Amino acid sequence: MREDKIAIRTRGLTRYFGQKAALRSLTLDVPRGQVSALVGHNGAGKTTLIRLLLGLLPPTRGCAELLGCDSQSLTPEVRTRVGYLAEGHFLWGWMKARDAARLQRETFPRWDQHLFDSMLKFFGVSPDSRVRQISRGQRAGVSLAMTLATDPELLVLDDPSMGLDPVARRALVEGLLAFARRDDRTILVCTHLLDDVERLADRIAIVSSGRLLVDSGLSEFRDRIGGWTLEAEFGAQQAAQIPGLIDSRQTRERTHLVVADPDSETETAVQRISGTARREELTLEDAVLAYLRPAAMVGSISDALENVR
Amino acid sequence: MFELQVTPGGNRPIYRQIIDQVRQAVATSELAVGDGLPSVRQLAEELVLNHNTVAKAYAELVREGVLESQHGRGVFVAKRRRVFSASERKRRLDQAMNVFLSEVLTLDYTPQQIEEAVAKRLDQMTGSKAEESEGD
Repeated sequence: MREDKIAIRTRGLTRYFGQKAALRSLTLDVPRGQVSALVGHNGAGKTTLIRLLLGLLPPTRGCAELLGCDSQSLTPEVRTRVGYLAEGHFLWGWMKARDAARLQRETFPRWDQHLFDSMLKFFGVSPDSRVRQISRGQRAGVSLAMTLATDPELLVLDDPSMGLDPVARRALVEGLLAFARRDDRTILVCTHLLDDVERLADRIAIVSSGRLLVDSGLSEFRDRIGGWTLEAEFGAQQAAQIPGLIDSRQTRERTHLVVADPDSETETAVQRISGTARREELTLEDAVLAYLRPAAMVGSISDALENVR
Repeated sequence: MFELQVTPGGNRPIYRQIIDQVRQAVATSELAVGDGLPSVRQLAEELVLNHNTVAKAYAELVREGVLESQHGRGVFVAKRRRVFSASERKRRLDQAMNVFLSEVLTLDYTPQQIEEAVAKRLDQMTGSKAEESEGD
C-alpha cells in the first residue's frame, strides 16, 4: 500500500455539461484518517464531484486521484477499498437484507459478516426482512451496513441522511463515528445538516456554483470567521472599507457582518463605520450561510472569499 | 456526578463547550483535584462526537493545566498550578472581563450592583479555596 497522507486529491478538476460549468477548476486534498464534510447548495456541484472522483464521469479538464490512483483508471482492487453510498440508498426492494449481504460478499474480499450482522441489529432490521417492507431509516441502515462491512479505507457518502427521521439520522451518525474511530479510515460526506457536520467532521469544504470557497479544519474555520452587529447605514461604500468581508445582512435596524480572518484592523474599520458596533459570536450555520448567500450586497465578495483559502 | 452536555448549532464550537464546562466544574469544585475524566473514546461515544473534537478539548485543558494526562491511566483534574506568564494571565483576565462587562453593561445595572453580584458569586464559587491558592 502506498504511504500517502492524502486519500483524495483533485487538481483543477473541471466538468462542463454542455455550456454549463458544474465544477470549475477545483483543487482539493482530503487527508487520510479524517472526516471531511462537503457542504453547498443543491446543484453546487457536489454530486458531480463525487461522480468524477469515483470515475463514473470523465472530467472536462483537470484530474482526480482516489487512494493514489487516477479516478479515470481505478482498478477493481482500488474500488474494493472504497465504499460509496449514493444518494437515496438504492437497494432492490425484493431482496432480503441477508441477500443484499450475499451480493456484496462476492465482490468484496474483506467482507465482514459479523460487522454486517451487528449493524443490522443496531438499526433493528432482521436479516429476513424484505428491503421494500422496512422503513426508510432502516433501509439507510442496511445500505450503510452493506458498505461498512466491505471494510473500506475510504468512505464517500452523498447526502446519507436525506429524508431520515431524527432517530435514524442519529443512528447513522453513530455508525459513521464508530467507523471513523477505527485506524486511518477516511470519510468524505456531502450533507446539508450542519448539526451533523459539527458532530462528525474534522474538516469542512464549502462549494458554491462549482467553486471551492472554503477548505479548512472545522474548528479553524469557526475561529477564523468573525461577526459584528452594528446600527448604521451599510452599503457598498462601507463594505469596501472592511477587509475580508464575506457577507452583510440587514435586519430591521441592524446590519450583521461576517468577516474572514478579522484582526485589529477589521475592528478599527468596523468601529469607524459605527462606534457602537459589537462583536457577535457566530454559529456554524451563520458562518456557512455567509458564504452561500447570493452576493448581491457586497462589492468585493470574490476578494473576500479568496482570502480564506 | 459530573456530566457534560454539548449542543451542536450553538454559537460556541463543541470543543469549546467541553472546555468551558470542565473549567467551570473545576472552578466550582464539582470536580476535585485527582478526579478522573472519561477517556477520549468514552466521551466521544457518549456525546456522539468525533473523537478528535474531544481530544482537542482535552489537549487544550491539559495545556492550560486544568487537567493532566497520566500515561496509560487516563485524564485527571490537575493540582492547580500556574502555567501562564504574568502578561498572559493579565491578557486572559482582560479578555474575559471585556466579554463579561460588554454584555452586562447593556443590562442597565449600576456599577455597584455589578460589583456586588460578582463578589457574591465569587464567594460562592471559590469559598475556602481562595485561601489555599494564596501561597502559589
